[in-house]
Amino acid sequence: MSDDEIEAALRLELRKIAPDIEIEDIDREGDLREEFDIDSMDFLNLVSALSKSLGVAMPEEDYSEMGSYDAMLVYLRAHTG
Amino acid sequence: MAEFVMPSLGADMEAGTLVEWLKKPGETVKRGDIIAVVETQKGAIEVEGFDDGVLETYLVDLGTRVPVGTPLAVIRKDGEEPAAAKPAPKRVEAPAAAPEPIKPAEAVAEKPEPEPAPAPASPAAIAPSGRLKITPAARKLAAQKGIDPATLTGTGPEGAIQLADVDTVQARGVPKAEPEKPATGGFDISAMREAIAAAMARSKREIPHYYLSHRLDLTAAEAFIAERNAGKPPEERILIAALYVKAVAKALKKYKEFNGHYENGEFQPGDSVHIGMAINIRGGGLVAPAIHDAQDLDLDTVMEKTRDLVARVRAGRFRARELSDPTITVSSLGDRGVEALYGVIYPPQVAIVGIGTPVTRPWVVDDKVVPRSTVTLTLSADHRVSDGHRGALFLSAIDKNLQEPEKL
Repeated sequence: MSDDEIEAALRLELRKIAPDIEIEDIDREGDLREEFDIDSMDFLNLVSALSKSLGVAMPEEDYSEMGSYDAMLVYLRAHTG
Repeated sequence: MAEFVMPSLGADMEAGTLVEWLKKPGETVKRGDIIAVVETQKGAIEVEGFDDGVLETYLVDLGTRVPVGTPLAVIRKDGEEPAAAKPAPKRVEAPAAAPEPIKPAEAVAEKPEPEPAPAPASPAAIAPSGRLKITPAARKLAAQKGIDPATLTGTGPEGAIQLADVDTVQARGVPKAEPEKPATGGFDISAMREAIAAAMARSKREIPHYYLSHRLDLTAAEAFIAERNAGKPPEERILIAALYVKAVAKALKKYKEFNGHYENGEFQPGDSVHIGMAINIRGGGLVAPAIHDAQDLDLDTVMEKTRDLVARVRAGRFRARELSDPTITVSSLGDRGVEALYGVIYPPQVAIVGIGTPVTRPWVVDDKVVPRSTVTLTLSADHRVSDGHRGALFLSAIDKNLQEPEKL
């Protein structure tokens, strides 16, 4: 899967969870939960959706590697086939 | 016959607007079926029926705003005969032989008006002061249609304005008042702020709050969750919030004075534990719908219900019972927040448990200072029902439950 496709998947899910946030306006290296104002349930839903659409396990112990928008992209790119 | 009424969804609700029917007259309904959707300050709420039977007739038109307790429809309970001649509560049913279905509003309009007994002909009744002569039904209809009665010409006795006069005006195409906006599925933030303000002002006016706080070691609970979630796909993972709900529900088995409603000057302990989960709404506001019978649910079910509630709150659609039933509220700040929150009790409840954001703190374990993940629990409770002594024991019991998560 291409980098662009992965980013598109991430954008799609974030838009569902935080429709009021413009991705162009966020700090891509800032705390993902802060930037999108999402709580632990939203984050779990985000992980559930991405895990399904991209086929990545995204275990809980890896959550620390998904701390920002950019970090999440790096993580997803590293774990998709 | 049973009435399906505009429900009260909390101390702060006085009226609601009927926006959607999900059952038609003649349709079979079961207890728990969603019969209608009403728009309130808390968004669009699905309202369930309490009876098994057949929806006999609507009593209120779509778009009508009515006070809490107003019958919206009649349900003929199982085993009851169709009551052809039996008048529906407060309204006259359309004649059985009507050539076509008559909408409730028309039925109302045709209702044989109990004209006020010809006023004892006192001169004052002729209203020399210019006071408008209008029948109560006409006044009501005019109000519903947003017509100023003073602009109407009466054709009744002594020029009194009658129902027909109001109807005629509308037929002539006088602009009606703006109908209330239909359910958008979203929230009216300013209305919600008003609702919160009203409930919280009442709470602070009526409930003598007391507050307790307790910091506890969260290590066992976090380790339990990590182990429980390891190797599971995300949709089967649970959040620590589910543990909090179970820990509180279990503690309430012994400390019943924190679970229930205070109404009409006395405390009514809850038959079951319905935990109101405070859920934040994007853009502002919050609601605390119930996880019913939390004492009987296992962790996975609590998690499933929490997930479902959050999803429906985000979509702006939840059920009437979920808002009116909670017997206690749990408010958890989650990962992003501060150490402690002191809640304001949501009447008629008598307690709210606050759970802060976990923080790593120096902690003494076996005479050694070690870093531990800790969380601060708080209790705001109603002094009319309980005292700080029992409140402290209740918080300690929650702590104890969180130290033994495998038993929850």
